[in-house]
Amino acid sequence: MLFWDAILWIFSPDRLTGSSPLPLLIGQHLAYTLVSVAIAAVIAIPVGYLIGHTGRGREIAVGISGAARALPSFGLMLLLVLLIGVTQKPLAATIAFVILAIPSILAGAYAGLEQIDRRVIDAARAVGMTEWQILWKVEVPLGLPLLIGGLRSAALQVVATVTIAGYIGLGALGLPIIAGLELRDFTRMLGAALLIVVLALAIDGVFAVIQHLVVPRGVTAGRVADLRPTSSRRRAVMGTPIEEGRG
Amino acid sequence: MIEFRSVSKVFPDGTHAVDDFSLVIPARKTTVLVGSSGSGKTTLLRMINRMVEPSSGEIEIDGESILSRDPVQLRRSIGYVMQNSGLLPHFKVIDNVATVPILTGVPRKTARAQALELLDTVGLNRDLANRYPSQLSGGQQQRVGVARGLAANPNILLMDEPFGAVDPIVRADLQQETIRLQRDLDKTVVFVTHDIDEAFLLGDQVVILEKGAKIAQVGSPTEIVENPASDFVADFIGIKHGKRALTIKKTAHGSILVDSEGRAAGVLAGEAP
Amino acid sequence: MTWVLNNLGLLWELSVQHVVLAIPPILVGFVIAVPLGYLAYRFRLTRGLILTITGLLYTIPSLALLVVLPVFLGISLLSPLNLSVALTIYAVAIMARSVSDALGSVDPAIRQSATAVGFGSARRFWTVDFPLAGPVILAGVRVAAVSTISLVTVGILIGVQSLGYLFTNGFERRIIPEILAGVVLVVVIALVIDYLLALLGRVLMPWSRMGVSA
Repeated sequence: MLFWDAILWIFSPDRLTGSSPLPLLIGQHLAYTLVSVAIAAVIAIPVGYLIGHTGRGREIAVGISGAARALPSFGLMLLLVLLIGVTQKPLAATIAFVILAIPSILAGAYAGLEQIDRRVIDAARAVGMTEWQILWKVEVPLGLPLLIGGLRSAALQVVATVTIAGYIGLGALGLPIIAGLELRDFTRMLGAALLIVVLALAIDGVFAVIQHLVVPRGVTAGRVADLRPTSSRRRAVMGTPIEEGRG
Repeated sequence: MIEFRSVSKVFPDGTHAVDDFSLVIPARKTTVLVGSSGSGKTTLLRMINRMVEPSSGEIEIDGESILSRDPVQLRRSIGYVMQNSGLLPHFKVIDNVATVPILTGVPRKTARAQALELLDTVGLNRDLANRYPSQLSGGQQQRVGVARGLAANPNILLMDEPFGAVDPIVRADLQQETIRLQRDLDKTVVFVTHDIDEAFLLGDQVVILEKGAKIAQVGSPTEIVENPASDFVADFIGIKHGKRALTIKKTAHGSILVDSEGRAAGVLAGEAP
Repeated sequence: MTWVLNNLGLLWELSVQHVVLAIPPILVGFVIAVPLGYLAYRFRLTRGLILTITGLLYTIPSLALLVVLPVFLGISLLSPLNLSVALTIYAVAIMARSVSDALGSVDPAIRQSATAVGFGSARRFWTVDFPLAGPVILAGVRVAAVSTISLVTVGILIGVQSLGYLFTNGFERRIIPEILAGVVLVVVIALVIDYLLALLGRVLMPWSRMGVSA
């Protein structure tokens, strides 16, 4: 049983010792993901909000998130490592992860604002909210689910790319896979792959829960009894995790 | 008193929405701007609280140019009720009503207490205070919209086709409520509609608009019906042929009124059948 | 630049291999995704099941999927079929969702009026629902196509030749232009295919107002 061997490999006491114990690799994987997504969020959310609030630069954002899907993450990472220097692998790789995470977050931020009923924002302005108040009291809360969706795709994209970064010797859970490939040690590869799958599903699950929790209550409350004829038609929006690129 | 002086508005796409418009809107009366779509009536309304800035001309409120007021402060001092209520979907009814007072710094508790009273004023049950807008019927949402418009106790209330999206029975109800509110609260109301019946029902002063916000006639409903200024007005209010072109028809049971199509419109009251 | 000029033959050969690897998963994925998307749209039970499973599969990082998949398929890790199946899974996950969303986005009033004038349900699906859902379905196909083309490169890690070869080879030999050439070619191929799909959409769905640009 290949799976059983792999599970035994994961839980073997040997995994806690040696030059790269499993908990360290898992920690590295999580750390790279969290740090990269956080940096990308700091860059992309303000820009996305600016685009979503003003409506300016929308074509640029759509273009960037479209073109980013075409960008091969593996190639981009290797390119950056060579450009920045082989001695600076963690820095170069992190920059690559950030670049890859930005488009989804940007799309989530601006699409979250864009899908809000224009009449709601018009009314907020008409009763005398300042532009800041419109942003913070109306647009941010109503756009939050799609923003979290963007963060979710970004995190999954980065988890996948960190895996591939095993090839440049970055560590994390890609390391046993790349090492296993060279040594023809399938058990080790499968063990690491299973851990990565669990990690990705866990991250996805956490984001799914958050995404569900941040839907404003007034938005969910009346879905069944919605009497307005035009407001709540379903439509395919960007920023749902399934529509973004991956690595 | 609100005064428009030679106001024009050209939108960036080149449409002349309003062309050299002048009008005095008297205080503590209801003025209805009525016209078909493209008559610029909503543009005129939105210029009063600077949601739309005129390309030229001046608008004054009580003799003071609105350009001297900060737009945000100006909007907070003017009530605004719009079609489809424009309520914030993630705010409870009570917080929607209390929006403007809270923006202007009234303590949340006071603002909520006042908001509850306003629900009474517009004829809504206080039980609805903790619901979200999506849990209300269209008519209830419009009432909440009116309550929000009144929350800062403004002197001026702008109403942009507020009853356009509700069914006729609810609309009739809301119209009566508006008349009652105006009697009790004594606001300067500017009301926009495309429905001439609504205009005649609610307006002390009715302004009939043609394309480009050209004034076809201004006057009280009676003045307009008695003496329409043009064929356009006569046609628009339906006294040439339509339901206001009534003739008396003698029948075996007394006199009835019929419209230009010969359909019965009512009876001559006071005459024994 | 010199490196590129000296290796035009290799670049061409790898580009062709790349496209040959990318197209079957997109086509097979589409054929599988349409019925799945329909089931997801039509019945509540299958909707939850299909969208959850495809969603979870989509979540699995590519390299991990390439390692786990052979155990289920009983093939070698290094087989090109392994990569093709993995890419097909991702393509199905993207497109099944968009087919379901697309069918859901068709105006119910149009659907009812089609029923009212006497379309049978199967006939209505193919002549009304499906074409009207077309623009949104096409958007999903374009996303799937572009991401498949970019993802083919990961196959080089299990030894499947594509433009990804330029990445590993360029990295080992420290030739920056080689990697850059690979990245640029992948992006160009993806954008060309995307453009062709958009063009196809215009021909097949002249009523749609969707632009050709990405």
